[in-house]
Amino acid sequence: MDTLTQRYEHTTNKIHPLKFALWIGMASITMMFGAFTSAYVVRQSAGNWLEFELPHIFFLSTIVLLVSSLILHSSYKSFLSGKESKYKLLLLTSFVFGLAFLVLQYQGWMALFSIGIDLKGNPSGSFLYVLTGIHALHVLGGLAALVVGILTAYTRKYKVTERRKINFELTLQYWHFVDILWVYLLIFLYISR
Amino acid sequence: MAEIAKTNEDILIEEQGYDDHFHEHHEGDKYQSSFIFKYIFSMDHKIIARQFLITGMIWAIIGAGMSVIFRLQLGFPDDSLAWLKPLLGRWIQMNEETGTGSLDPQFYYALVTMHGTIIVFFVLTAGLSGTFSNLLIPLQLGARDMASPFLNMLSYWFFFLAGVIMFYSLFLSTGPFSGGWTAYPPLSALPQASSGSGAGMTLWLVSLTLFVVSVLLGGINYITTVLNLRTKGMSLWRMPLTIWAFLVTAIIALLSFPVLASGFFLLIADRGLGTSFYLSDIFVAGQALDYTGGSPILFQHLFWFLGHPEVYIIILPAMGIVSEVLSVHARKPIFGYKAMVYSILAIAFLSFIVWAHHMFMSGVNPFISNFFVIFTLIIAVPSAVKVFNWITTLWGGNIRLNSPMLFAIGFVSLFISGGLTGIFLGNSAIDIQMHDTYFVVAHFHIVMGVAAMFGMFAGIYHWYPKMFGRFMNETLGKLHFWLTLVGAYAIFWPMHYIGMAGVPRRYYRFDGFDAFGQFTSMNQFITIAAIIVFAAQILFVVNFFWSIHKGRKMVTKNPWGATTLEWTTPIQTGHGNWPGKIPTVHRWAYDYGRDGREFISQIEPLSEKEKAEEDQH
Repeated sequence: MDTLTQRYEHTTNKIHPLKFALWIGMASITMMFGAFTSAYVVRQSAGNWLEFELPHIFFLSTIVLLVSSLILHSSYKSFLSGKESKYKLLLLTSFVFGLAFLVLQYQGWMALFSIGIDLKGNPSGSFLYVLTGIHALHVLGGLAALVVGILTAYTRKYKVTERRKINFELTLQYWHFVDILWVYLLIFLYISR
Repeated sequence: MAEIAKTNEDILIEEQGYDDHFHEHHEGDKYQSSFIFKYIFSMDHKIIARQFLITGMIWAIIGAGMSVIFRLQLGFPDDSLAWLKPLLGRWIQMNEETGTGSLDPQFYYALVTMHGTIIVFFVLTAGLSGTFSNLLIPLQLGARDMASPFLNMLSYWFFFLAGVIMFYSLFLSTGPFSGGWTAYPPLSALPQASSGSGAGMTLWLVSLTLFVVSVLLGGINYITTVLNLRTKGMSLWRMPLTIWAFLVTAIIALLSFPVLASGFFLLIADRGLGTSFYLSDIFVAGQALDYTGGSPILFQHLFWFLGHPEVYIIILPAMGIVSEVLSVHARKPIFGYKAMVYSILAIAFLSFIVWAHHMFMSGVNPFISNFFVIFTLIIAVPSAVKVFNWITTLWGGNIRLNSPMLFAIGFVSLFISGGLTGIFLGNSAIDIQMHDTYFVVAHFHIVMGVAAMFGMFAGIYHWYPKMFGRFMNETLGKLHFWLTLVGAYAIFWPMHYIGMAGVPRRYYRFDGFDAFGQFTSMNQFITIAAIIVFAAQILFVVNFFWSIHKGRKMVTKNPWGATTLEWTTPIQTGHGNWPGKIPTVHRWAYDYGRDGREFISQIEPLSEKEKAEEDQH
């Protein structure tokens, strides 16, 4: 993979190609959620729209996800500055918080269900389940990347290489992305009630 | 391979090239050691391009073959199709008394649906853009390979998997999906709506979802490679128009396919989870269903937000290829290079704000329709700029009328005649008469179906030597061109008249309508033309595979005398594209007939005279 690094050194664009590719991928994910939320707005304006309050647990899960993001960031800083044990521990903690986010989302769905908002009922409920569900799938993808990171951290000898650094950055940026995406969705869902 | 004397270009690359130490690492070369990794799970962009091309060709034969079958039904509805029974089995219904066989009406719809799906997505999206973006982006930019060869390989295999699933759906006992390639609900959302809406639609959705993944993985790679891996000196304004077209195509695809995916997810939820995003107040067989509150128009919005950019995803690569082929074989610089780039960008931008012109008759607000009419008609402006520039490129050129050039000129002809009818259809008032008639069929087949195929053929004939080291047979190529051009007009020109008379598309037969009886002989004419054109494509396929082994060998690196970088690579282009250093670029891609020379390669440094001129500007 070092060949790749060499290939882009001489070009004017100094961004790592894989990082750039990730940003383009994020743009396309953003378009997908843009489509979901515009469909939501269009459908909502057509009337026959059930109104209900968002379960408070979604706010708790937001905090958990934000904290997970911050922890991963400081894990990355420790990775760079040679604090091996701190880097490993924080990486693991961030993963646990990410997992906790999913559990809380599930709790949120259960809370919705208990107040009678069913997936099958009025589209306002269906949209909520689909939006949060597909976001959760993207979080799951981030967790998979974190698992790979954790395996690398605990099985390989600690060493700051160009390759590991870029992999970490990719994971970190994606994790921040699903985080911001969730905040967007929450604000959207909150104000468009 | 015999040692070929070093050409001027080799010496230039050695002197001026950029040494990236690529071949000292051998990391890239290693995985090519075994047959499986060299030809099947290859990560080399040139092999992946050929995989896309050949898979696309197989799908093109299947898709076009389907059209021949339903054209037989439309042209000769009363003749026996019993001879197709070995191929179609029980989809040919036999009449016991007379012994004649007729096409099952349900299967007729399935054929129409699959023809559209296959040609639009598998042939003209994957086969066209997948082949040429993969082949040309690294070669014309001076890159060793794609930014991520692994994602590139995945992109092909997701496409392959999508193809396998779609192919399997053709053999379901209930038949493949039959509700039209646009998959409008409720036919697509209710498994009980028609026999193809059950398992057939499920497989259609799975297949196309995988296809979206393939397009996205490919697109990410194309954009990153173009923006990050250009060689030294290859500024954006020095890129060949092919690359501009592929770049913009990939950007459109990345912005529009996710929207289609979101539409699919909601559809999947409606089908599998019992939600009602697209469904409301529906009765099937007298039974009221408990879906309520959804809107089928919502799907149309989501679908056409992809669907309209999709036609530019299809046509832009063809436009890029045609610009390049016209310039090379007219031995002239492309006329209005910057205008060409700006018109590509303008078309790309406009493609996102015209989607509702597919929905004028679906009950959208007529006032809002006006905006879509205006934006739609504005697309004629950049399109006309492109057509004007192609014609002026030809003007006074030293034209070589070989197969690639003929197909490129044919593209311009088709794009004009198909584009003009777009001006009719873009008007919401005229659309009241024209919508869902054969006029629409004629319009989009000429402007996007046949024209894009012509762009693809021009590209295949032109870059065949780069892909296989041999040329395709010229005589067969010319025969292929004339049969296809005349035949395609013979098929689609009469459809304009039929459509203006109001004959609706997708109907199984017309003898129930007195008004349409006069078109019987015209329909027969169209069917015969379609069979001849299909036979001409078989000629092309034979030529293609025959030439791989028996075609005239390529003896010089740059047989067309082109300026672009792909013709500075060895005839047998190995992994990493250039054996030593990467060439550096000193000029734009269209220096033809400059300073009394026929062409000047992009890798040649500016002469003293040119430098002086440059300083003046």
